[in-house]
Amino acid sequence: MTRALAIVYALLLYGFIFLPVAVLVLFSFQGTLFPIPPFNGPSLRWYAAVLGDARLTAGLGNSVVVALLSSAVATLLGFLSAWGFARFHLPASAFLRGLITLPLTVSYLIIGMGLLIFFNWIGLPKSLVAAGIGHVVINLPLCFAIIYSQMGDHQANIERAARDLGASEAKVLLLITAPIMWPALFASFFLSMTFSWDEFVISFLLTRFETTLPVEIWNLLRAGLNPKTNAVGAMVFGVSIILAIVFELTAFRKRPQ
Amino acid sequence: MSSASTSRIAWASVTPALLWTLVFFVVPFVAMGVMSLHPKAGEGASLAAYAQFFTNPSYWHALINSLEVTLIVTVISVLLAYPFAWILAFMVPERWQRLALMLAVLPFWTSYVVRSYSWLLVLAEKGVVNSTLVNLGLLSEPIQIANTRTATVIGFVHFFVMLLTLTIYANLKQLSPNYRKAATDLGASGFQTFIHVILPLTLPGIMVGAFLTFVLAIGDYITPQILGGNNELLMPQLIMMQIGRRGDFASASALSLILMAVVTLAYLACARWLKIERA
Repeated sequence: MTRALAIVYALLLYGFIFLPVAVLVLFSFQGTLFPIPPFNGPSLRWYAAVLGDARLTAGLGNSVVVALLSSAVATLLGFLSAWGFARFHLPASAFLRGLITLPLTVSYLIIGMGLLIFFNWIGLPKSLVAAGIGHVVINLPLCFAIIYSQMGDHQANIERAARDLGASEAKVLLLITAPIMWPALFASFFLSMTFSWDEFVISFLLTRFETTLPVEIWNLLRAGLNPKTNAVGAMVFGVSIILAIVFELTAFRKRPQ
Repeated sequence: MSSASTSRIAWASVTPALLWTLVFFVVPFVAMGVMSLHPKAGEGASLAAYAQFFTNPSYWHALINSLEVTLIVTVISVLLAYPFAWILAFMVPERWQRLALMLAVLPFWTSYVVRSYSWLLVLAEKGVVNSTLVNLGLLSEPIQIANTRTATVIGFVHFFVMLLTLTIYANLKQLSPNYRKAATDLGASGFQTFIHVILPLTLPGIMVGAFLTFVLAIGDYITPQILGGNNELLMPQLIMMQIGRRGDFASASALSLILMAVVTLAYLACARWLKIERA
Protein backbone atom coordinates (compact mmCIF):
# COMPACT_ATOMS: atom_id res chain seq x y z
CA MET A 1 0.00 0.00 0.00
CA THR A 2 2.69 2.48 1.07
CA ARG A 3 4.83 1.15 -1.72
CA ALA A 4 2.14 1.73 -4.36
CA LEU A 5 1.54 5.22 -3.02
CA ALA A 6 5.25 5.97 -3.21
CA ILE A 7 5.47 4.77 -6.79
CA VAL A 8 2.48 6.90 -7.81
CA TYR A 9 3.96 9.93 -6.05
CA ALA A 10 7.38 9.49 -7.65
CA LEU A 11 5.84 9.06 -11.09
CA LEU A 12 3.70 12.18 -10.63
CA LEU A 13 6.75 14.20 -9.67
CA TYR A 14 8.80 12.88 -12.55
CA GLY A 15 5.85 13.80 -14.76
CA PHE A 16 5.82 17.33 -13.34
CA ILE A 17 9.57 17.66 -13.77
CA PHE A 18 9.56 16.38 -17.36
CA LEU A 19 6.31 17.95 -18.60
CA PRO A 20 7.68 21.30 -19.84
CA VAL A 21 10.79 19.92 -21.48
CA ALA A 22 8.78 17.17 -23.18
CA VAL A 23 6.34 19.75 -24.55
CA LEU A 24 9.27 21.96 -25.60
CA VAL A 25 10.98 19.22 -27.56
CA LEU A 26 7.79 17.78 -29.06
CA PHE A 27 6.60 21.11 -30.45
CA SER A 28 10.05 22.00 -31.77
CA PHE A 29 9.08 19.48 -34.47
CA GLN A 30 5.79 21.24 -35.13
CA GLY A 31 4.97 21.61 -38.81
CA THR A 32 2.70 24.63 -38.43
CA LEU A 33 3.18 28.17 -37.10
CA PHE A 34 2.27 27.72 -33.44
CA PRO A 35 3.79 25.38 -30.83
CA ILE A 36 0.39 24.45 -29.39
CA PRO A 37 -1.82 21.39 -29.80
CA PRO A 38 -2.66 19.72 -32.09
CA PHE A 39 0.78 18.46 -33.07
CA ASN A 40 1.41 18.51 -36.83
CA GLY A 41 4.67 16.94 -37.62
CA PRO A 42 7.34 15.93 -37.32
CA SER A 43 9.03 18.65 -39.30
CA LEU A 44 12.55 20.05 -39.16
CA ARG A 45 11.60 23.45 -40.60
CA TRP A 46 12.17 25.30 -37.32
CA TYR A 47 15.59 23.79 -36.85
CA ALA A 48 16.43 25.00 -40.34
CA ALA A 49 15.06 28.42 -39.36
CA VAL A 50 17.33 28.51 -36.29
CA LEU A 51 20.44 27.54 -38.24
CA GLY A 52 19.57 30.14 -40.86
CA ASP A 53 19.15 32.90 -38.26
CA ALA A 54 22.38 34.92 -38.23
CA ARG A 55 21.60 36.56 -34.87
CA LEU A 56 21.10 33.22 -33.13
CA THR A 57 24.20 31.62 -34.58
CA ALA A 58 26.23 34.74 -33.72
CA GLY A 59 24.78 34.63 -30.19
CA LEU A 60 25.77 30.98 -29.93
CA GLY A 61 29.36 31.79 -30.97
CA ASN A 62 29.51 34.74 -28.55
CA SER A 63 28.20 32.59 -25.70
CA VAL A 64 30.85 29.95 -26.33
CA VAL A 65 33.67 32.53 -26.44
CA VAL A 66 32.46 34.39 -23.33
CA ALA A 67 31.98 31.11 -21.44
CA LEU A 68 35.41 29.75 -22.38
CA LEU A 69 37.37 32.93 -21.63
CA SER A 70 35.53 33.96 -18.46
CA SER A 71 35.76 30.41 -17.09
CA ALA A 72 39.47 30.26 -17.87
CA VAL A 73 40.06 33.54 -16.01
CA ALA A 74 37.85 32.53 -13.08
CA THR A 75 39.55 29.13 -12.77
CA LEU A 76 43.04 30.64 -13.00
CA LEU A 77 42.35 33.34 -10.39
CA GLY A 78 40.52 30.83 -8.21
CA PHE A 79 43.40 28.36 -8.42
CA LEU A 80 46.13 30.90 -7.63
CA SER A 81 44.26 32.38 -4.68
CA ALA A 82 43.19 28.97 -3.31
CA TRP A 83 46.81 27.85 -3.45
CA GLY A 84 48.05 31.05 -1.79
CA PHE A 85 45.54 30.81 1.05
CA ALA A 86 46.06 27.08 1.57
CA ARG A 87 49.88 27.11 1.56
CA PHE A 88 50.82 30.34 3.30
CA HIS A 89 49.79 32.01 6.53
CA LEU A 90 48.45 35.34 5.40
CA PRO A 91 47.24 38.02 7.79
CA ALA A 92 43.43 38.36 7.95
CA SER A 93 43.19 35.17 5.89
CA ALA A 94 39.63 34.33 6.98
CA PHE A 95 38.42 37.83 6.20
CA LEU A 96 40.06 37.88 2.76
CA ARG A 97 38.70 34.42 1.90
CA GLY A 98 35.29 35.67 2.96
CA LEU A 99 35.72 38.64 0.65
CA ILE A 100 36.42 36.41 -2.34
CA THR A 101 33.34 34.26 -1.68
CA LEU A 102 31.09 37.23 -0.92
CA PRO A 103 29.58 37.59 -4.44
CA LEU A 104 27.98 34.14 -3.98
CA THR A 105 25.46 35.70 -1.59
CA VAL A 106 24.32 38.47 -3.93
CA SER A 107 21.81 37.97 -6.74
CA TYR A 108 23.02 38.23 -10.34
CA LEU A 109 20.63 41.10 -10.93
CA ILE A 110 22.29 43.23 -8.27
CA ILE A 111 25.83 42.30 -9.41
CA GLY A 112 24.86 43.24 -12.97
CA MET A 113 23.30 46.49 -11.84
CA GLY A 114 26.41 47.50 -9.87
CA LEU A 115 28.64 46.74 -12.86
CA LEU A 116 26.34 48.65 -15.20
CA ILE A 117 26.62 51.76 -13.02
CA PHE A 118 30.36 51.30 -12.50
CA PHE A 119 31.11 50.76 -16.22
CA ASN A 120 28.94 53.75 -17.06
CA TRP A 121 30.95 55.79 -14.63
CA ILE A 122 34.42 54.77 -15.92
CA GLY A 123 33.25 54.93 -19.54
CA LEU A 124 33.50 51.24 -20.47
CA PRO A 125 30.85 50.68 -23.16
CA LYS A 126 28.36 47.82 -23.06
CA SER A 127 30.03 44.84 -24.70
CA LEU A 128 30.78 41.15 -24.51
CA VAL A 129 33.93 42.05 -22.54
CA ALA A 130 31.79 43.78 -19.92
CA ALA A 131 29.53 40.72 -19.69
CA GLY A 132 32.60 38.46 -19.49
CA ILE A 133 33.94 40.48 -16.56
CA GLY A 134 30.59 40.02 -14.84
CA HIS A 135 30.74 36.26 -15.45
CA VAL A 136 34.15 36.09 -13.81
CA VAL A 137 32.70 37.95 -10.79
CA ILE A 138 29.97 35.33 -10.33
CA ASN A 139 32.21 32.32 -11.03
CA LEU A 140 35.41 33.23 -9.21
CA PRO A 141 33.94 32.57 -5.72
CA LEU A 142 32.73 29.19 -6.90
CA CYS A 143 36.09 28.22 -8.42
CA PHE A 144 37.91 29.43 -5.33
CA ALA A 145 35.63 27.47 -2.99
CA ILE A 146 35.88 24.24 -4.99
CA ILE A 147 39.66 24.36 -5.41
CA TYR A 148 40.33 25.59 -1.88
CA SER A 149 38.31 22.71 -0.43
CA GLN A 150 40.49 20.23 -2.34
CA MET A 151 43.86 21.61 -1.22
CA GLY A 152 45.13 18.90 1.12
CA ASP A 153 48.31 18.49 3.15
CA HIS A 154 49.65 15.54 1.21
CA GLN A 155 49.86 17.79 -1.85
CA ALA A 156 51.82 20.33 0.19
CA ASN A 157 54.38 17.61 0.96
CA ILE A 158 54.85 16.78 -2.70
CA GLU A 159 55.28 20.46 -3.45
CA ARG A 160 57.89 20.73 -0.69
CA ALA A 161 59.77 17.80 -2.14
CA ALA A 162 59.85 19.45 -5.57
CA ARG A 163 61.03 22.70 -4.03
CA ASP A 164 63.81 20.89 -2.11
CA LEU A 165 64.92 19.38 -5.38
CA GLY A 166 65.37 22.87 -6.75
CA ALA A 167 62.14 23.61 -8.63
CA SER A 168 61.21 27.28 -8.80
CA GLU A 169 57.84 28.32 -7.36
CA ALA A 170 56.38 28.78 -10.85
CA LYS A 171 57.57 25.30 -11.82
CA VAL A 172 56.03 23.80 -8.69
CA LEU A 173 52.67 25.37 -9.49
CA LEU A 174 52.71 24.42 -13.14
CA LEU A 175 54.27 20.95 -12.99
CA ILE A 176 53.21 19.68 -9.56
CA THR A 177 50.20 21.47 -8.10
CA ALA A 178 48.15 21.99 -11.26
CA PRO A 179 48.38 18.32 -12.39
CA ILE A 180 47.49 17.04 -8.89
CA MET A 181 44.58 19.45 -8.68
CA TRP A 182 43.35 18.63 -12.17
CA PRO A 183 39.96 17.17 -11.12
CA ALA A 184 39.14 20.25 -9.02
CA LEU A 185 40.35 22.57 -11.78
CA PHE A 186 38.28 20.71 -14.33
CA ALA A 187 35.19 20.78 -12.11
CA SER A 188 35.61 24.53 -11.54
CA PHE A 189 36.10 25.25 -15.19
CA PHE A 190 33.16 23.10 -16.19
CA LEU A 191 30.77 24.56 -13.61
CA SER A 192 31.82 28.08 -14.60
CA MET A 193 31.16 27.22 -18.24
CA THR A 194 27.70 25.98 -17.34
CA PHE A 195 26.82 29.09 -15.33
CA SER A 196 28.25 31.49 -17.90
CA TRP A 197 26.54 29.65 -20.75
CA ASP A 198 23.17 29.92 -19.02
CA GLU A 199 23.57 33.39 -17.51
CA PHE A 200 21.01 35.90 -18.70
CA VAL A 201 20.54 39.00 -16.58
CA ILE A 202 24.17 40.19 -16.46
CA SER A 203 24.58 39.75 -20.21
CA PHE A 204 21.24 41.47 -20.75
CA LEU A 205 22.34 44.50 -18.73
CA LEU A 206 25.93 44.72 -19.97
CA THR A 207 25.79 43.97 -23.71
CA ARG A 208 24.21 45.91 -26.53
CA PHE A 209 24.67 44.98 -30.20
CA GLU A 210 26.65 41.80 -29.90
CA THR A 211 25.18 39.58 -27.26
CA THR A 212 24.97 36.05 -25.91
CA LEU A 213 22.55 33.26 -26.78
CA PRO A 214 20.26 33.56 -23.71
CA VAL A 215 19.70 37.24 -24.53
CA GLU A 216 18.97 36.41 -28.18
CA ILE A 217 16.50 33.77 -27.02
CA TRP A 218 14.94 36.37 -24.74
CA ASN A 219 14.56 38.67 -27.76
CA LEU A 220 12.78 35.84 -29.60
CA LEU A 221 10.28 35.59 -26.75
CA ARG A 222 8.90 39.02 -27.62
CA ALA A 223 7.31 37.36 -30.65
CA GLY A 224 5.27 35.18 -28.28
CA LEU A 225 4.95 31.43 -28.66
CA ASN A 226 7.03 30.36 -31.63
CA PRO A 227 8.28 26.89 -32.64
CA LYS A 228 11.62 28.49 -33.50
CA THR A 229 12.16 29.24 -29.81
CA ASN A 230 11.32 25.59 -29.13
CA ALA A 231 13.93 24.49 -31.65
CA VAL A 232 16.68 26.67 -30.11
CA GLY A 233 15.70 25.48 -26.65
CA ALA A 234 15.75 21.85 -27.70
CA MET A 235 19.19 22.33 -29.27
CA VAL A 236 20.58 23.98 -26.12
CA PHE A 237 19.11 21.10 -24.14
CA GLY A 238 20.77 18.53 -26.42
CA VAL A 239 24.18 20.19 -26.21
CA SER A 240 23.95 20.54 -22.42
CA ILE A 241 23.09 16.87 -22.01
CA ILE A 242 26.07 15.83 -24.11
CA LEU A 243 28.31 18.07 -21.97
CA ALA A 244 26.80 16.64 -18.78
CA ILE A 245 27.53 13.10 -19.94
CA VAL A 246 31.11 14.04 -20.83
CA PHE A 247 31.50 15.61 -17.38
CA GLU A 248 30.01 12.56 -15.68
CA LEU A 249 32.38 10.25 -17.55
CA THR A 250 35.54 12.29 -16.93
CA ALA A 251 35.35 14.23 -13.67
CA PHE A 252 33.45 11.85 -11.42
CA ARG A 253 35.13 8.68 -12.55
CA LYS A 254 37.27 7.29 -9.76
CA ARG A 255 40.87 7.66 -10.78
CA PRO A 256 43.72 5.50 -9.57
CA GLN A 257 45.54 7.11 -6.68
CA MET B 1 63.51 30.19 0.76
CA SER B 2 63.56 33.41 2.78
CA SER B 3 60.38 34.46 4.52
CA ALA B 4 60.38 37.74 2.59
CA SER B 5 60.22 35.96 -0.76
CA THR B 6 57.66 33.50 0.65
CA SER B 7 55.41 36.32 1.59
CA ARG B 8 55.96 37.98 -1.81
CA ILE B 9 54.86 34.79 -3.54
CA ALA B 10 51.91 34.37 -1.19
CA TRP B 11 50.62 37.85 -1.89
CA ALA B 12 51.30 37.55 -5.61
CA SER B 13 49.08 34.46 -5.76
CA VAL B 14 46.10 35.88 -3.90
CA THR B 15 46.21 39.48 -5.12
CA PRO B 16 44.70 38.99 -8.61
CA ALA B 17 41.55 37.37 -7.18
CA LEU B 18 41.30 39.93 -4.39
CA LEU B 19 41.76 42.82 -6.80
CA TRP B 20 39.17 41.41 -9.18
CA THR B 21 36.65 41.12 -6.35
CA LEU B 22 37.50 44.57 -5.08
CA VAL B 23 37.33 46.36 -8.45
CA PHE B 24 34.43 44.51 -10.05
CA PHE B 25 32.32 43.67 -7.01
CA VAL B 26 33.00 45.92 -4.02
CA VAL B 27 33.56 49.16 -5.96
CA PRO B 28 30.45 48.70 -8.16
CA PHE B 29 28.52 47.99 -5.00
CA VAL B 30 29.70 51.24 -3.46
CA ALA B 31 28.97 53.03 -6.77
CA MET B 32 25.42 51.69 -6.54
CA GLY B 33 25.10 53.05 -3.01
CA VAL B 34 26.37 56.47 -4.08
CA MET B 35 24.06 56.40 -7.10
CA SER B 36 21.03 55.61 -4.93
CA LEU B 37 21.71 58.78 -2.92
CA HIS B 38 21.93 61.04 -5.96
CA PRO B 39 18.60 60.89 -7.78
CA LYS B 40 19.33 64.05 -9.76
CA ALA B 41 22.68 64.58 -11.46
CA GLY B 42 24.57 67.60 -10.20
CA GLU B 43 22.55 67.95 -7.02
CA GLY B 44 23.48 67.05 -3.48
CA ALA B 45 22.77 63.75 -1.76
CA SER B 46 19.17 62.95 -0.90
CA LEU B 47 17.11 60.03 0.28
CA ALA B 48 14.42 60.72 -2.32
CA ALA B 49 14.91 57.39 -4.08
CA TYR B 50 14.32 55.55 -0.79
CA ALA B 51 11.45 57.83 0.23
CA GLN B 52 9.79 56.99 -3.06
CA PHE B 53 9.83 53.32 -2.14
CA PHE B 54 8.09 53.84 1.18
CA THR B 55 5.54 56.38 -0.03
CA ASN B 56 4.55 54.96 -3.41
CA PRO B 57 2.29 51.92 -2.77
CA SER B 58 3.04 50.33 -6.14
CA TYR B 59 6.69 50.17 -5.05
CA TRP B 60 6.34 48.51 -1.70
CA HIS B 61 3.60 46.28 -3.02
CA ALA B 62 6.26 44.80 -5.28
CA LEU B 63 8.22 43.85 -2.17
CA ILE B 64 5.11 42.39 -0.51
CA ASN B 65 4.35 40.42 -3.69
CA SER B 66 7.92 39.17 -3.82
CA LEU B 67 7.83 38.05 -0.20
CA GLU B 68 4.46 36.33 -0.64
CA VAL B 69 5.44 34.51 -3.82
CA THR B 70 8.81 33.48 -2.40
CA LEU B 71 7.29 32.13 0.82
CA ILE B 72 4.58 30.22 -1.04
CA VAL B 73 7.19 28.78 -3.39
CA THR B 74 9.51 27.78 -0.57
CA VAL B 75 6.78 26.02 1.44
CA ILE B 76 5.28 24.16 -1.54
CA SER B 77 8.73 23.14 -2.80
CA VAL B 78 9.80 21.72 0.57
CA LEU B 79 6.50 19.85 0.98
CA LEU B 80 6.76 18.32 -2.50
CA ALA B 81 10.49 17.59 -2.37
CA TYR B 82 10.69 15.91 1.03
CA PRO B 83 8.62 12.80 0.22
CA PHE B 84 10.29 12.57 -3.16
CA ALA B 85 13.77 12.67 -1.59
CA TRP B 86 12.58 10.11 0.98
CA ILE B 87 11.42 7.73 -1.73
CA LEU B 88 14.68 8.15 -3.64
CA ALA B 89 16.81 7.66 -0.53
CA PHE B 90 15.01 4.80 1.21
CA MET B 91 12.71 3.03 -1.24
CA VAL B 92 14.63 3.01 -4.52
CA PRO B 93 17.25 0.24 -4.63
CA GLU B 94 20.75 1.59 -3.91
CA ARG B 95 22.21 0.96 -7.36
CA TRP B 96 19.38 2.79 -9.13
CA GLN B 97 19.53 5.89 -6.94
CA ARG B 98 22.21 7.72 -8.88
CA LEU B 99 20.31 7.19 -12.11
CA ALA B 100 17.04 8.27 -10.48
CA LEU B 101 18.67 11.49 -9.30
CA MET B 102 20.28 12.20 -12.65
CA LEU B 103 16.91 11.71 -14.29
CA ALA B 104 15.34 14.22 -11.91
CA VAL B 105 17.99 16.81 -12.79
CA LEU B 106 17.99 16.15 -16.53
CA PRO B 107 15.30 18.67 -17.61
CA PHE B 108 17.23 21.46 -15.90
CA TRP B 109 20.10 21.15 -18.35
CA THR B 110 18.21 23.32 -20.77
CA SER B 111 18.74 27.05 -20.29
CA TYR B 112 16.87 28.82 -17.52
CA VAL B 113 15.17 31.21 -19.95
CA VAL B 114 14.06 28.31 -22.16
CA ARG B 115 12.72 26.40 -19.17
CA SER B 116 10.46 29.29 -18.18
CA TYR B 117 9.33 29.60 -21.80
CA SER B 118 8.50 25.86 -21.78
CA TRP B 119 6.10 26.42 -18.91
CA LEU B 120 4.49 29.17 -20.91
CA LEU B 121 3.87 26.61 -23.68
CA VAL B 122 2.27 24.28 -21.16
CA LEU B 123 0.15 26.89 -19.39
CA ALA B 124 -0.86 29.16 -22.30
CA GLU B 125 -4.52 29.73 -23.12
CA LYS B 126 -4.34 27.22 -25.96
CA GLY B 127 -1.48 25.29 -24.39
CA VAL B 128 -1.24 21.63 -23.46
CA VAL B 129 -2.94 21.86 -20.04
CA ASN B 130 -5.91 23.90 -21.20
CA SER B 131 -6.52 21.96 -24.41
CA THR B 132 -6.28 18.64 -22.58
CA LEU B 133 -8.70 19.71 -19.86
CA VAL B 134 -11.15 21.12 -22.43
CA ASN B 135 -10.93 18.01 -24.60
CA LEU B 136 -11.59 15.81 -21.59
CA GLY B 137 -14.62 17.93 -20.83
CA LEU B 138 -13.25 18.99 -17.43
CA LEU B 139 -13.34 22.63 -18.50
CA SER B 140 -15.89 24.28 -20.74
CA GLU B 141 -13.42 26.93 -21.81
CA PRO B 142 -9.70 27.57 -21.21
CA ILE B 143 -8.74 29.24 -17.94
CA GLN B 144 -6.02 31.83 -17.68
CA ILE B 145 -2.93 30.53 -15.94
CA ALA B 146 -0.16 32.19 -17.93
CA ASN B 147 0.48 35.78 -16.85
CA THR B 148 -0.77 35.16 -13.34
CA ARG B 149 0.92 34.62 -10.01
CA THR B 150 0.02 30.93 -10.25
CA ALA B 151 2.22 30.58 -13.34
CA THR B 152 5.15 32.25 -11.57
CA VAL B 153 4.71 29.92 -8.60
CA ILE B 154 4.54 26.82 -10.84
CA GLY B 155 7.70 27.86 -12.71
CA PHE B 156 9.57 28.48 -9.46
CA VAL B 157 8.33 25.32 -7.74
CA HIS B 158 9.48 23.27 -10.73
CA PHE B 159 13.03 24.52 -10.33
CA PHE B 160 13.22 24.44 -6.54
CA VAL B 161 11.65 21.00 -6.11
CA MET B 162 14.66 19.71 -8.04
CA LEU B 163 17.12 21.71 -5.95
CA LEU B 164 15.52 20.77 -2.62
CA THR B 165 15.20 17.11 -3.59
CA LEU B 166 18.97 17.06 -4.05
CA THR B 167 19.68 18.80 -0.72
CA ILE B 168 17.20 16.74 1.30
CA TYR B 169 18.32 13.52 -0.38
CA ALA B 170 21.93 14.26 0.59
CA ASN B 171 20.76 14.90 4.14
CA LEU B 172 18.76 11.70 4.42
CA LYS B 173 21.65 9.65 3.08
CA GLN B 174 24.01 11.09 5.67
CA LEU B 175 21.86 9.79 8.53
CA SER B 176 23.01 6.55 9.99
CA PRO B 177 20.44 3.79 9.30
CA ASN B 178 20.81 2.91 12.99
CA TYR B 179 18.49 5.75 13.95
CA ARG B 180 15.66 4.21 12.00
CA LYS B 181 16.46 0.72 13.25
CA ALA B 182 16.59 1.87 16.86
CA ALA B 183 13.28 3.70 16.55
CA THR B 184 11.64 0.64 14.96
CA ASP B 185 13.11 -1.67 17.61
CA LEU B 186 11.68 0.54 20.30
CA GLY B 187 8.25 0.12 18.73
CA ALA B 188 7.82 3.33 16.77
CA SER B 189 5.61 3.18 13.71
CA GLY B 190 6.98 4.43 10.40
CA PHE B 191 5.16 7.72 10.87
CA GLN B 192 6.37 8.15 14.47
CA THR B 193 9.92 7.45 13.38
CA PHE B 194 9.60 10.15 10.77
CA ILE B 195 8.08 12.80 13.06
CA HIS B 196 10.23 12.20 16.14
CA VAL B 197 13.52 10.99 14.69
CA ILE B 198 14.19 11.67 11.02
CA LEU B 199 12.47 15.04 10.64
CA PRO B 200 14.29 16.72 13.55
CA LEU B 201 17.60 15.33 12.32
CA THR B 202 17.09 16.63 8.79
CA LEU B 203 15.66 20.00 9.83
CA PRO B 204 19.00 21.87 9.60
CA GLY B 205 19.48 20.63 6.04
CA ILE B 206 15.93 21.62 5.13
CA MET B 207 16.52 25.09 6.56
CA VAL B 208 19.64 25.56 4.43
CA GLY B 209 17.76 24.41 1.33
CA ALA B 210 14.75 26.58 2.12
CA PHE B 211 16.94 29.60 2.69
CA LEU B 212 18.73 28.99 -0.61
CA THR B 213 15.33 28.77 -2.30
CA PHE B 214 14.27 32.04 -0.70
CA VAL B 215 17.42 33.88 -1.75
CA LEU B 216 17.46 32.60 -5.32
CA ALA B 217 13.73 33.05 -5.90
CA ILE B 218 13.42 36.56 -4.49
CA GLY B 219 16.26 37.82 -6.71
CA ASP B 220 15.10 36.18 -9.93
CA TYR B 221 13.85 38.29 -12.81
CA ILE B 222 13.34 35.67 -15.53
CA THR B 223 10.59 33.47 -14.10
CA PRO B 224 8.19 36.24 -12.96
CA GLN B 225 8.79 38.25 -16.13
CA ILE B 226 8.13 35.36 -18.53
CA LEU B 227 5.41 33.53 -16.61
CA GLY B 228 3.81 36.15 -14.42
CA GLY B 229 3.92 38.97 -16.93
CA ASN B 230 3.38 42.56 -15.95
CA ASN B 231 -0.01 42.25 -14.24
CA GLU B 232 1.63 41.99 -10.87
CA LEU B 233 5.21 43.16 -10.42
CA LEU B 234 7.80 41.50 -8.22
CA MET B 235 10.87 43.38 -6.95
CA PRO B 236 13.32 42.29 -9.69
CA GLN B 237 10.79 43.27 -12.35
CA LEU B 238 10.30 46.67 -10.74
CA ILE B 239 14.08 47.15 -10.61
CA MET B 240 14.53 46.23 -14.27
CA MET B 241 11.66 48.50 -15.19
CA GLN B 242 13.42 51.46 -13.55
CA ILE B 243 16.43 51.04 -15.84
CA GLY B 244 14.67 49.82 -18.95
CA ARG B 245 11.78 52.21 -19.34
CA ARG B 246 12.85 55.16 -17.28
CA GLY B 247 16.65 55.09 -17.16
CA ASP B 248 16.30 55.83 -13.45
CA PHE B 249 19.50 54.40 -12.02
CA ALA B 250 19.10 56.02 -8.62
CA SER B 251 15.76 54.34 -8.07
CA ALA B 252 17.01 51.00 -9.44
CA SER B 253 20.01 51.18 -7.09
CA ALA B 254 17.88 52.06 -4.07
CA LEU B 255 15.47 49.20 -4.80
CA SER B 256 18.36 46.75 -5.29
CA LEU B 257 19.85 47.73 -1.95
CA ILE B 258 16.45 47.40 -0.25
CA LEU B 259 16.08 43.92 -1.73
CA MET B 260 19.55 43.01 -0.48
CA ALA B 261 18.71 44.34 2.97
CA VAL B 262 15.62 42.10 3.06
CA VAL B 263 17.69 39.05 2.14
CA THR B 264 20.26 39.96 4.79
CA LEU B 265 17.52 40.35 7.41
CA ALA B 266 16.11 36.96 6.44
CA TYR B 267 19.59 35.52 6.81
CA LEU B 268 20.06 37.03 10.27
CA ALA B 269 16.59 35.88 11.30
CA CYS B 270 17.42 32.26 10.59
CA ALA B 271 21.20 32.40 11.03
CA ARG B 272 21.15 30.11 14.03
CA TRP B 273 19.63 27.33 11.92
CA LEU B 274 21.94 27.98 9.04
CA LYS B 275 25.24 26.38 9.77
CA ILE B 276 26.47 26.28 6.22
CA GLU B 277 29.41 23.96 6.41
CA ARG B 278 32.73 24.84 4.83
CA ALA B 279 34.94 22.09 3.62
